[in-house]
This record gives sequence, structure tokens and C-alpha cells, in this order.
Amino acid sequence: MDELAIQIILGISVASVPLIFAAIGELVVERSGVLNLGVEGMMIMGAIIGLVVQYHTGSGLLSVIAAMAAGMLMASIFAFLTQLFLTNHVATGLALTLFGLGVAAFIGKNYSDITVTRISALHIPWFSDLPVIGSLVFGYDPLFYLAILMVFLVWWFLFKTKRGLILRAIGDNHDAAHAIGHQVIRYRVLAILFGGGMAGIGGAYLSLVQVPMWVEGMSAGRGWIAIALVVFASWQPFKVIVGALIFGGISILQLHAQAFGVYIPAQYLSMLPYLMTIIVLVSLRIGSKSNTNRTMPNCLGKVFHSTS
Amino acid sequence: MFSTKLINIIKISLLTSALAISSSVLADVTKVAFIYVGPTGDHGWNYQHDEGRKQLEAHFGDDVETTYIESVPEGPDAERVITQLANKGNDIIFTTSFGYMNPTLKVAKLFPDVKFEHATGYLRSDNVSTYSARFYEGRHVIGKIAGKMTKSNVIGYIASFPIPEVIRGINASYLAAKSVNPDIEMKIIWVYTWYDPGKESDAANALIDQGADIIMQHTDSAAAMVVAEEQGIYAFGQASDMGAFGPNAQLTAIIDDWGPYYIQRVQDLRDGTWESMDTFDGVKEGMVEFAPLSDKLPADVKAMAQQAIDDLRAGTIHPFTGPINKQDGSPWLADGETPPMFPDVITMDFYVEGIDSKYPN
Repeated sequence: MDELAIQIILGISVASVPLIFAAIGELVVERSGVLNLGVEGMMIMGAIIGLVVQYHTGSGLLSVIAAMAAGMLMASIFAFLTQLFLTNHVATGLALTLFGLGVAAFIGKNYSDITVTRISALHIPWFSDLPVIGSLVFGYDPLFYLAILMVFLVWWFLFKTKRGLILRAIGDNHDAAHAIGHQVIRYRVLAILFGGGMAGIGGAYLSLVQVPMWVEGMSAGRGWIAIALVVFASWQPFKVIVGALIFGGISILQLHAQAFGVYIPAQYLSMLPYLMTIIVLVSLRIGSKSNTNRTMPNCLGKVFHSTS
Repeated sequence: MFSTKLINIIKISLLTSALAISSSVLADVTKVAFIYVGPTGDHGWNYQHDEGRKQLEAHFGDDVETTYIESVPEGPDAERVITQLANKGNDIIFTTSFGYMNPTLKVAKLFPDVKFEHATGYLRSDNVSTYSARFYEGRHVIGKIAGKMTKSNVIGYIASFPIPEVIRGINASYLAAKSVNPDIEMKIIWVYTWYDPGKESDAANALIDQGADIIMQHTDSAAAMVVAEEQGIYAFGQASDMGAFGPNAQLTAIIDDWGPYYIQRVQDLRDGTWESMDTFDGVKEGMVEFAPLSDKLPADVKAMAQQAIDDLRAGTIHPFTGPINKQDGSPWLADGETPPMFPDVITMDFYVEGIDSKYPN
């Protein structure tokens, strides 16, 4: 395999990782029956807080933890409003996105002309030096491996543990789950916090790995693509990776195609992830008549009131 | 109790009369407002306009009072904001993005006594002027430097939207690079955004992976400069000095210097000589400036670049000087011919011959 192909594959992985983080977090949130449209706002907060901490401490680990905390803090606002005050999920999520973009821009005012140290690829002695495999298997940054690990963990949690089963049950029928004594709100709050933490790390990936600097609005719609990806993945963890790679692949390959002199209308390509999502949604609906194995959480976006 | 109330009333009336006096004393303070499409911290287009505003303040001191509103989307919001600024008693309002054109004209009609200045537009009225800069002159200089400095003979170009402004930049830098290095090849990637650092850096990486060792950009963030610095190649700053992001990578930067124009126009207004006009200034007038030439440039390249800058300042060269053919081989300019400003330069919608890339539609 030649150098260019390896570079392209590495480029695709870099474009995909923030989407995997944000989408796997949102997947858990939606599995619990909550629709949080604030992913973009949580991501951008992760991006700026991660960058600020990286700038002042130089510690990649600390910055990622701080970014996660920032995402969780944002998510806790959402959890507070939707779970305690029973506000509408969609409206609250949208407000969270707008709020996050604004606060991040405000914090970022003093950091607009600096660059930070990029979290670089791992170098495992001997393994990373292997030809081809060295780059393709052992040549990524630590967050890439964490993203894959998180997908595995989420799958294991949702489908192999009792608590995962309860979480899914709550997402499918919160009244029934409540009636047999499960803590609907507690599960949901925890799921929302997890979603926030993942979105925060996804955001930090933008400002610490992809482009090691702060630019206002640098999430540039990736939070929305992550939400679309959850639907595209039909709420299945591993399909999130597939979807993220397809989207990342399209965005990187079209750049290379252009540099080769092939002109592709970019408007069509930017439509593609959303178009695919719509197709998947429609096919899910059509398929659901014959298929009893429903995937969309039944209570998605519905407000839960324990006395009802 | 009654007396305190009375005292308060007296205080207030004294205060208001004092205010009235002070405002009449300061009657010759010119109130200037700016509206920006993005954040002033973008280190590009909006940053430079705000630098111009600061120059204006520094020049006039207490004689001017400036305000600005940033990140105003083009469209209905812009109209509301411009109206507000006019209502607040501003004497002159600079609207600094192409999409503010119609809102500016609309509001200008309602406030005939307020002067308006719209950047990069082409529609004027009695109290609306337009202004823009010949940025392609800057591209001419960086094109020449790039042609000399590339070792792979591949220049990477990150382009935003296929509008005349961007096309002029591509053509001018290609022609300049070609004139000093006939083997030059230009790879162009359209990212369809002014401002998406992730995408800009992906594009820079893709260009480098495909052999480019010099990056030019017509997008607003410094993301490509950061990539160039990390990869140890060269790049050029866009709209403002991006040296902080690429101390080794930046060879020079094209800088938009709006300050002198803003000072001139406010001076005209104060003198009562302001009138509606169109300005399209370049290096000669000082609207297009350059960051210091990098020490990485060999002496001969530095001299060549300085010569080109000097010639542009003197107005003795034109980036588009024939013979030039269009991409399809049809003739555009004859030997020694320079194009008319309108329509050729203003509405440029074709690549010149030699660019091996399909023109976007």
C-alpha cells in the first residue's frame, strides 16, 4: 500500500473520531428515551475548555478530562431542566446548543491567537515502526483507541448487563419501568451526563487533535451530524463506527479527488450524510411492519412525569 | 422628606442641563459605527476591519466615537442592526460584508442624512458608497514567491467559494508563479466555506499528501498555517498577519489595511466633502499591504518579491498583463494588454490557460 493511501486512511480516521464520540454518547441518551439536541453546544464547550486547559497546563490527559467535565456540566443543565422541570426536550436541547456556542465564543475571546501542542499519535516501540501495519493499526492518537473502546463498552453495557437492559426498558416504556420500581429519572440523568461527557471529548478532539487552536464556531455542525448518525446507526453502537467512517471518508476523499483534478460538486457531498439518514429512517419505518425487532426507543423525546 | 425630593428634582434638572450643554459643546464629535459578519477574533477579514476601526480612533482621538457590532448574519438581522445604529445618531456606518448590500441600501433610504459605506458591493445611492480592494495584487506577489520557493513544483490552493474575488486570486497567483517557474502545477481544493478550521486543515493535509509543498488559502482561519508549520512547509497568511500561527511557515501575508480609507472617509465627512463613490484600491493606495518578508527567503527571492511590491506601489505593473489565454485556449488578452476593470476583472468567471483543474460551476 502506498504512502498516499495510508495518509488518506489516517485522514479519514481523524475526521471520524469526533463523530464517534459525540454519536455514541447521544446513542446512550436516546436509548434512555431522551432526545438531547444540544450536542453541538456540548461539543464546542469541550473544544474550548480542552484547549484552555491544554494551553495552561500542557497536559493532554488533564485537558481531555476537563473537556469531558465541561460537556457534563452543560449536560447537567439539560438534565436539570428536562428531568426535574419537565421541559420539552427539543426546545431545551436547541437552547443548549445556542447557549454553548455563545459561552464558548465568550471564553475563547482571549485564546483566538494561540496554538497549543497537538495530542500526537502514539508511538509504540517496534509495533509503530512496522511497515503499513505500523501506521494503520498502531499509528493513531490515544483518543482514537478510546473512541473504539467506548463503542465496545456501550455495546457491552446496553446488551450484556442488567442495568443496560433497564436503561433500554426505560427508553421503550418509562411508565411500565417506573411501575415496576425502576428509577427512571436517575437512569436518564446519568445517561444525559454520559452523553455530555462524550460530546465534550469529541469537541476536545477538534481543538486538540484536528486543529490545535481555537476558532469560534469550530464545531461547524458536527454535533448535528452526530445526531443524524445515531439515527443512521439505528441506535446500534457498532453501526455508529460504520456511519462515522462513511461520513469521514466522504469528506476526506472528496478533497483528495479535487486535488487530483476531479471536480465533484461539494454541495451534493455535504448533503449525503443527511440523505443517508433519511433513507435509513424511511427504510426502518417500512421494515418495522414485518420486523418485530424495533430499534427506535419508544419513549424518545417524551416527557416523563412520575405521577401520570 | 419633601425637601429631599425637591433637591433630587433640582439635581436631576441640573444634570440634564449639564448634559445638554456638554453635548452641544461636543457637537463636532463624529459618531462612526461598524457592523461585522463574523467575530473580530477571526484573525482574518473581520479582525482587519476592526483594526481599521482602531486606527480611526487613534487618529481622531476624542473627535470620533466608534461602535461596532460583530457576528451579525447577513439578512433580516442585518437590516435591524443597521437601523438601530442609524437611530442611535451615528453619522456614518460601515457595513463590511457583501451580503449587507440590500439591507444597507434599504436603511439608507430611510436615513438620508446618515452616510453609509458598503464593502465589496456594487450598488450605490446618494448616501451609500462602496469600497473594496484589489487583493489580486497581493496574490501576484505571493505567486512569484511560491514559484521560486517550491521544490516539488506543486502549489496547493484552498479556495472558498467560486466568486470573482476568489477566481481573480487563483488566476493572479498562478500566472505569477508560472512566470518565474514554467513547471509549476496548481492543485485547487474548494471547501465551500469561509470558516471551518477542521475542513481547512483537512484540505491542507490532502494537498500536502498529494505533493504540495506550499499552501495558499482564500479562507479566513489560520488552520492551514498551523498545518504548514507542523509539516515543515511554507504558506501565506490571508487577510492578516498569521505569523503567530506559523513563525517558520509564513513567507509573507496579504494584509487588508482599511484604516487609511476609514480615516479618509471620516475626514471627508467632517469637512463636508463626503460624496457617494466607488473605491477599488490596491497596493499603490495602501489598502493591500504585506507582512514582513520571511528570513527563510533567499536574498534573490526576497529582492524579487520586494521589486514586485515596489512596482505595484508605483503602479507600473498589472497582475493581468497579456498575452493570456483562457483555460479553453481562447485568447483573453493580447501581448502587453491589460483588462478593463469592468467587466473582465470585476466579474471574472474563468481560469486562465495552464490551470489543470475543472472550473467549478
